Amino acid sequence: MSQALAWPVIFPLAGGCATLLLGGRAGERGLRVLVATTWAAVFLSVAAVVVRVWTRGTLGHELGGWAAPLGIGLRADGLTAALLLATAVTSLGIGVYAPPSFRAPDEDAAARGSLGSTAGVRSWRPGASFWTLALFLWAALNALFLSADLFNVYVCLELLTLAAVAMVLLAGDRVALFASMRYLLAAFLGSMLFLLGVAFLYGVFDTLDLGLLRERMVAGTAAWTGIALVTGGLALKTALFPLHFWLPRAHASAPAPVSAALSALVVTGSYYLILRLWLQVFTPALTGPAAQAMGAMGAGAILWGSLQAIRQQHLKLMIAYSTVAQVGYLFILVPLVVAQEPGGGPPSWAFDAWSGGIYHAVSHAFAKAAMFMAAGSIVRALGHDRIVGISGIASHLPLSTYAFGLAGLTLIGLPPSGGFVAKWLLLTAALAGGQWWWAAVLLVGGILTAGYVFLVLGQELSQDPAGERPDFAPVPRVMEVATMALALCGFVMGIRAVEPLALLGIGSPIPGVTP
Amino acid sequence: MTTFHLYGACAVILVALAVHTLTTHRDLVRKVLALNVMGTGVFLLLVALAARGDAAGPPDPVPHALVLTGIVVAVSATGLALAVIRRVHALTGRSTLVEEEGLE
Repeated sequence: MSQALAWPVIFPLAGGCATLLLGGRAGERGLRVLVATTWAAVFLSVAAVVVRVWTRGTLGHELGGWAAPLGIGLRADGLTAALLLATAVTSLGIGVYAPPSFRAPDEDAAARGSLGSTAGVRSWRPGASFWTLALFLWAALNALFLSADLFNVYVCLELLTLAAVAMVLLAGDRVALFASMRYLLAAFLGSMLFLLGVAFLYGVFDTLDLGLLRERMVAGTAAWTGIALVTGGLALKTALFPLHFWLPRAHASAPAPVSAALSALVVTGSYYLILRLWLQVFTPALTGPAAQAMGAMGAGAILWGSLQAIRQQHLKLMIAYSTVAQVGYLFILVPLVVAQEPGGGPPSWAFDAWSGGIYHAVSHAFAKAAMFMAAGSIVRALGHDRIVGISGIASHLPLSTYAFGLAGLTLIGLPPSGGFVAKWLLLTAALAGGQWWWAAVLLVGGILTAGYVFLVLGQELSQDPAGERPDFAPVPRVMEVATMALALCGFVMGIRAVEPLALLGIGSPIPGVTP
Repeated sequence: MTTFHLYGACAVILVALAVHTLTTHRDLVRKVLALNVMGTGVFLLLVALAARGDAAGPPDPVPHALVLTGIVVAVSATGLALAVIRRVHALTGRSTLVEEEGLE
């Protein structure tokens, strides 16, 4: 029983409503105070949950005092705490980066204004709407991580999706408009499939509580149909290959801080749910082939996404395709964890695979946010994001270039980055479990990632052969510092992995602990 | 064949029709309508599940709560979708996404 679990949801929700109601009237300064207060409150509440999980273990709370079969429960274990913390840190970086990035330099404003008027779209400055949507997004993510109820999770997913789609629209231009429409249709279909699956599962097992569902789960045609529908809907929302068609345009066309939030956090949200359901709820009904199929889609994502990323001419599209590829790594852990030892029970390497996958999700969140933020600074300096045209940017934006490089090293998985620990754990598990084909995919994926990261870094560091330097627009220092801070978070995560792994072990599903 | 099976079959048909329309038609308004029809199918299944128990007892309240919340969610998503479609229409004079190719 712990009241503390509700606050990480209540604070951002209240802050979001306040910015919505007061946004226009509060003025720039009032808005800043309001947002900063909310940010601090959410941070403290998240810290309280993490500390409690660390000292007392898994926490549960029944909202309004109604117990599970009827009421809606909240629950926090090590995984929840880790993701709450990662989300809070990433949000802080994005929140510091966002305000100066929206104050466009004059020439940028003129360009966007003319585009808007010829296209018939009113151009406006995101300002208050950005904060409202960002706080709603944050509330939805925190609620998702804390929910212990299948239907509550559905509502959180919807709030997440609607906020995310609206945030893409903040770009205000035509490409973003089309991309967000496509995103909305895909996500809407995904939620309907998810709800249909929930209906099947409720029809068979008569409960929505994740813990009770786990206890009652048995294999059967109706249960498998429900699991397939739920998984399909979530895979569509996570943009798991081959359902990734909507992601690259949507993530690439959004404003830089929004791209960062989408690729780092929103994808992680629906992925978390797949992980939670497959490894802690559906487990008794799962079969080896189903888990191998999930891994195969992950492998497809790694190879296809990386190859597409290498082919891209535009920096932001390249980073978006890199997200498609990185999502694939997250699914490699499923066949490794679901595999059964001959005697039954989870295999000895399962915890490595499981914690490796989550380590990857967190370090990817930091690195990808930093990459999109660095790209945003580059676009601001140059006015475009064509990869061939960014040569020489390193001398103008050294900090952003360095941050991009560090984030790239994290994605490739070089020590001491968080990505290295993640890949090491996954590789160990794959080899220990005799599933060497996943190890091969991990290694090839690392090489392909190096391919597209160094392609960009090479351009950034090269000098223009003609010796001419284009006019770079100034980029506020604080944007670069925020980018660098997030890149460093992802990079240093590998230096000391003992505490994070201990945190992930709290209430982990691996030694057969029920949710 | 019980009443539950009849309702269940209707739900499956509605969902199948909606998925067909969603994948074969280009018009955005039609796609959003298809998603709403799909939602109706899902809600029908949930309501049928609620009444499935013994006929004398009261129906199960939990699926009803799901349907109510589901309707609210569907209305919000439809509202956002229609707003985006209006913007697309104002830009292109059409309500499709086919023009998108070649915009890069």
